[in-house]
Amino acid sequence: MSIPILKERDVLIACIQTAVTDDELIELRDMLAATIGKSRSRGVVIDVGALDVLDSFATRTLRGIAYTAKLRGAPTVVVGIQPDVAIAMVQLGLTLEDIPTALDLEDGIELLRRRKRS
Amino acid sequence: MTDGEASVAIARERDIVVARQKGRELAASAGFGATDQTLIATAISEVARNIVVYAGSGEVLIRIVSEGARRGVLVVASDRGPGIADTSLAMRDGYSTAKSLGVGLPGARRLMDDFTLESEIGRGTTVTMRKWVR
Repeated sequence: MSIPILKERDVLIACIQTAVTDDELIELRDMLAATIGKSRSRGVVIDVGALDVLDSFATRTLRGIAYTAKLRGAPTVVVGIQPDVAIAMVQLGLTLEDIPTALDLEDGIELLRRRKRS
Repeated sequence: MTDGEASVAIARERDIVVARQKGRELAASAGFGATDQTLIATAISEVARNIVVYAGSGEVLIRIVSEGARRGVLVVASDRGPGIADTSLAMRDGYSTAKSLGVGLPGARRLMDDFTLESEIGRGTTVTMRKWVR
């Protein structure tokens, strides 16, 4: 089961589902890297709202996806980190470093559009 | 096996998801709130992931435990993998030999109340951790 990539004007959107595996995340990274070029996208939003756990491996993979997309010219925003997941990530010592985050899909797209204008 | 216990064989990534879902269910029935359920599920995810990455296969046992009036969950993650040469190094933040962020074991310790790591080269590794309902 691969993660679908949706297109909203010049932004690509990927919604990650609950029981995602690392292999699917790696497939998403590869698909995004290619799709950014094909669709000439200027940004990516990754929605992790369905995830009830973000452990260190998933976080590392997520960072890899965001950096890959950024190198392809499409800054990435991670949206939808659940309250308990955020608390657990901090206790675990995990960060997304300089990857921007937003509350939800709408805010994420808004953030990308604002950045592009400035 | 009783209602308050689950044993999950760990061999593939999918099993990690099963283990943390079982952990969440048992944590809920032990009386943990939503945030603590997530902390426990995350700690289980880390130790189960270590089994897949370093040992290939193993087992995660989750059990509701009580001590006097307090209730909690016990998680035992065991494998017969290569073992860890330096367990104190493995517990240090930022130390990693594989594709991780080096926060797995020390991070799991921070999520739980007690945490012990026993390992013997060539015989395997056992992580035992507990969290109590506050």
